[in-house]
Amino acid sequence: MALLEVRNLTVSFDTPDGTVHAVNGLSFDLDPGETLGLVGESGSGKTQTALAIMGLLAQNGRVSGSVVFRGQELLGMSPGELSRVRGSKISMIFQDPDSSLNPYLSIGDQLIEVLTHHRALRRREARARAIEMLGRVRLSDPEQRMRQYPHELSGGMCQRVMIAMALLCQPDLLIADEPTTALDVTVQSQINSLMGELSEKSSTAILLITHDLGVVAGLAHRVLVMYAGQEMEMAPVDDLFADPRHPYTEGLLNSVPRLDQVRSGILNAIPGNPPSLLELPTGCPFAGRCLYAWEQCRQLPEFEKIDEDRFKRCHLDALPTKRESA
Amino acid sequence: MLKYSLKRLASAIPTLFLLITFAFFMIRIAPGGPFDSERALPPEIEANLAAKYHLDEHLVIQYGRYLWNIARLDFGPSFHYLDWSVNDLILQGAPVSFTLGLLALALALAIGIPIGAWAAFRQNRAADYSVMSLAMVGISIPNFVMAPLLILLFAITLGWLPAGGWEFSPARMVLPVITLALPMIAYIARITRGSMIEVLHASFIRTARAKGMPSRNILFSHALKPALLPVISYLGPAAAAILTGSVVVERIFTIPGIGSYFVQGALNRDYTLVMGVVILYGMLIILFNFLVDLVYAWLDPRIRYDEQEA
Repeated sequence: MALLEVRNLTVSFDTPDGTVHAVNGLSFDLDPGETLGLVGESGSGKTQTALAIMGLLAQNGRVSGSVVFRGQELLGMSPGELSRVRGSKISMIFQDPDSSLNPYLSIGDQLIEVLTHHRALRRREARARAIEMLGRVRLSDPEQRMRQYPHELSGGMCQRVMIAMALLCQPDLLIADEPTTALDVTVQSQINSLMGELSEKSSTAILLITHDLGVVAGLAHRVLVMYAGQEMEMAPVDDLFADPRHPYTEGLLNSVPRLDQVRSGILNAIPGNPPSLLELPTGCPFAGRCLYAWEQCRQLPEFEKIDEDRFKRCHLDALPTKRESA
Repeated sequence: MLKYSLKRLASAIPTLFLLITFAFFMIRIAPGGPFDSERALPPEIEANLAAKYHLDEHLVIQYGRYLWNIARLDFGPSFHYLDWSVNDLILQGAPVSFTLGLLALALALAIGIPIGAWAAFRQNRAADYSVMSLAMVGISIPNFVMAPLLILLFAITLGWLPAGGWEFSPARMVLPVITLALPMIAYIARITRGSMIEVLHASFIRTARAKGMPSRNILFSHALKPALLPVISYLGPAAAAILTGSVVVERIFTIPGIGSYFVQGALNRDYTLVMGVVILYGMLIILFNFLVDLVYAWLDPRIRYDEQEA
């Protein structure tokens, strides 16, 4: 049985300009211990998907569909029940580690409260466990860190604290929303390998949200490519990189700058902009930017199985022969 | 922190000196004098009075004499209340005003902060709207309307409390304290609500919710500290104002505080009394702003005064 089953998830926001359709009927499964990369450009609904699973949407957000975690429906759960799941069985880390930690509380207090709340530990035991956890995310001087405040730590150190905090209760699922986007490149790779290592050791599943295909290649087992709040393609990570089957995936892969290509000084970008989420097109949302769009793309294609473990939402049977990008 | 505190207190001296100088010359520039009345006094008496109070000396000499006296904490004789020194007037009235002010301040904090936080937590719901409407009423009703209304209800109609007069007894303090506290409760509730709403949208509150912390915990251990900072800033000058009494409240409830000296002293051109209350008020403002900065550093770990100077 899957650890997490998301079915037909929709998230929309009522705004003065109209209703913003952030996520539109998304479905996917996540198995225990698996790392699923959720990839897409800004505004594709990755973060709102995560927040909807956590029950952390903004006040004007509306959610429908179903999110079943270990056989339990999360949507519509009472605040009390939800607060037992959050931080204990599902944890989340965020894009901006500096502002995600409370600047008014010491690192120690912020770690300890997780254990005293979820595990009913006494402060001393909780403290010992927190110090041990800081060691496991390889922070130097864990005892001293406990007394420090977030502003005394670097961004990378803060993200290590966030990871330690998220893993304190050995959750089944860790949702990581762009965990390394705000960090230096060298720190990025350290944090990524730390997450990979810890999830392998503790068999924690990770829902990894990123726009960085490099991060996905290193960490994820499977990849789900999102666009305008819908699935475009889903595949095991190696297959996706070797053989993308959706024009959008192909475009994303082509837009990654490569060292082994002739330097023309031009970066490959997908032309155009994503559709307005206020008024989604009735057909394929990517049609407006797609190199291969044709008549039939005015109708929304199904998200259908095309191979073992592979799904795509496209009318094309196969992508035309790869053009050599200049 | 100690080094910083000493520095701050030392810097209060030039501030006070400027305040004293400015107030001393301002009140003397004001037309009229302490002994002017409807009927002109005979010149001999006027000369005698001027000699007694050193008003016949050059202004600069008077100023020097005054500075010398207040350096020895002698604020001089009142020009209006015969046989009273300004020290005596203030020492007699200040404890009354301080007591009422402190009680009102405590009441305002005890009520204003919780209801403001509650309104923020229930933003745009019935509880929020009713608390904020009441607060608007509290701010809008002037105390010279509120005080008689309270007297009418609790002293005359219900007969529970005395209508006025003064002694150090709880019954006599209830109505003046409530009158003083009501607008402050309203201000504090509004400030708390506003800053709390801002804090509740911060990323670290989302983290706390993602950690599964219950609402009570989020409100009190995560959001309250940052939300209190603007309230603390407001309290600095507000505390100095409320501790020095209110003319209106003291008049209506016939309370012998120092609030009325501000107005009476100025109207009577009671030079020394005006100077006395101005200096007292100035010292309280300086003291409370200093305390505000200390509380700020205590609430926000990012503020460390000594390190910045080092």
